[in-house]
Amino acid sequence: MTTGKDDCMTPATGAADIAPKNYAWEIRATALKVRAGRRRIAVDGPSLSLGTGAHGLLGPNGAGKTTLIRTLATVLRPAAGELELFGTSVSGVGDQRAVRRRIGYLPQEFGYYKRFTVREFVEYMAWLKEVPGSDIPGAVQRAVERVGLADRADERMKALSGGMVRRAGIAQAIVNDPAVLLLDEPTAGLDPAQRMRFRELLQELGRDTCVVVSTHLVEDVAAACSDVLLLAAGRLVFQGTPEEMAAAGGPGHPGDSPLERGYSALLRNSERKEGTW
Amino acid sequence: MRVEHASARLVHDYARGGTGMAADELWALEAHLEACGICRERLAAAVATEAPEITALLGAVRSDLDSRLDAAAPAPKRLRRRARLPRWATPVMVPWLAMTAGLTLIALLLDFLNPDFGEVSPVLLLAPALPLAGVAAAWSPGLDPAHELTSSAPRAGLYLLLRRTASVLTVLVPVLFAGGRLTGVTVAEWLLPTLAFTVAALALGGAIGVGRAAVVLGAVWAAVILAPALATQRTPLALRPDQLPAWALLLALGAGIVIARRGAYSVLRNPR
Repeated sequence: MTTGKDDCMTPATGAADIAPKNYAWEIRATALKVRAGRRRIAVDGPSLSLGTGAHGLLGPNGAGKTTLIRTLATVLRPAAGELELFGTSVSGVGDQRAVRRRIGYLPQEFGYYKRFTVREFVEYMAWLKEVPGSDIPGAVQRAVERVGLADRADERMKALSGGMVRRAGIAQAIVNDPAVLLLDEPTAGLDPAQRMRFRELLQELGRDTCVVVSTHLVEDVAAACSDVLLLAAGRLVFQGTPEEMAAAGGPGHPGDSPLERGYSALLRNSERKEGTW
Repeated sequence: MRVEHASARLVHDYARGGTGMAADELWALEAHLEACGICRERLAAAVATEAPEITALLGAVRSDLDSRLDAAAPAPKRLRRRARLPRWATPVMVPWLAMTAGLTLIALLLDFLNPDFGEVSPVLLLAPALPLAGVAAAWSPGLDPAHELTSSAPRAGLYLLLRRTASVLTVLVPVLFAGGRLTGVTVAEWLLPTLAFTVAALALGGAIGVGRAAVVLGAVWAAVILAPALATQRTPLALRPDQLPAWALLLALGAGIVIARRGAYSVLRNPR
């Protein structure tokens, strides 16, 4: 039996859900160059094609991970090269509203209004992301439940611990059911149990979303990602599965796990080619 | 039309768990039960008599749940107004707006306490610079902690900036209007410079960031309006009534630049 009330409970299938997918990759970048500050080129020419799945973005500090993620979030404009999201070019000046509606973004250090409760914060973000007004309460509740904050939803942000604030940040990133989810260091400040829970969420999201997670923790990538991107000095050094990355390392390379040894081997190779050290 | 109902045997078998029923009978019965309230009522009665253990189980679950449901606090009735407010002005703008209103009141007080300040009205002097603080707080990474999150959202850009600017003016204009009435300054004399400075902050902000634009315009205000007024104790040249067409021109020019460069407001200005 369906009544009008039941119809309201289940999210309606919108035109966007059943529209045919007319692009090959959610994210496609060709020879992307992005400036950080006036002069420094932080992202120096990587070409990427990323589809559905969880992609781990690894690299040492200062490798350009954050700049790359901010560019993908359309917050920074590329200085050169081509960037396509959902088959639409976003490198020029143009209306990016339609593209941004389908992006979820968690900055590395995200600011928020301390007096807001978790629910108000996520609601406000849902409004900014142009989620239809009638869907906002339901979408907010789902997002808050997914990150395990339902019981703290009506507490003020300033009363939360660092890990909870980060989870609230993840909730705002997923509140608009994004097709591309960009998370910059989402596991910083999470305790080990929360990190496990987060990896599960990541695997779950990776089934139907293109997730790009930047991290400096190799084990996060091993546990949750199907694809690894290794960035060093703004260049893409390696792209492949975690197994392929582990295979690149030998017993002579520093690291506690095969994956860490592969990581340091690939980084060392890139430095040798550059000849900087 | 006469509707055929399920037989008592079927209903009783179903109530006992339906293990001995043929699959097609089970399907047909369930399809009928979904649509027929009379048979659901008969089933309920049958469950009570045929399967008392189920009734007992349901009763136990319900009594367990009832106590816990009573303890759970209902979701607080929230004020919708509160949720709508940030759509017009962010919480960080509130202290700046309060400061602006306070400054206007101080200027008014000065005017009344010190009538021999010269012919110049402090309200008129202050008016162009007043919206700058609020506009800067509305759209700059330094003053708004959520600026990065905001600027990545689809609603970011000129639309949201204008919304916030509108809320700054909504607070400011009534205060200035009252001040203008009390000190005898005509509306056009203070309104045009105020709007021109606001629009100039937005236009310049598209190029160097709204926060920096507010600082630059604050300096311009101090040099062109405040300093001459303090030096000569008279209304500065720029604020004389015969300069109003120039202010109107500036306003139109600024608005034109803002509209032409509307795409510039949706990306971050100074990458950190």
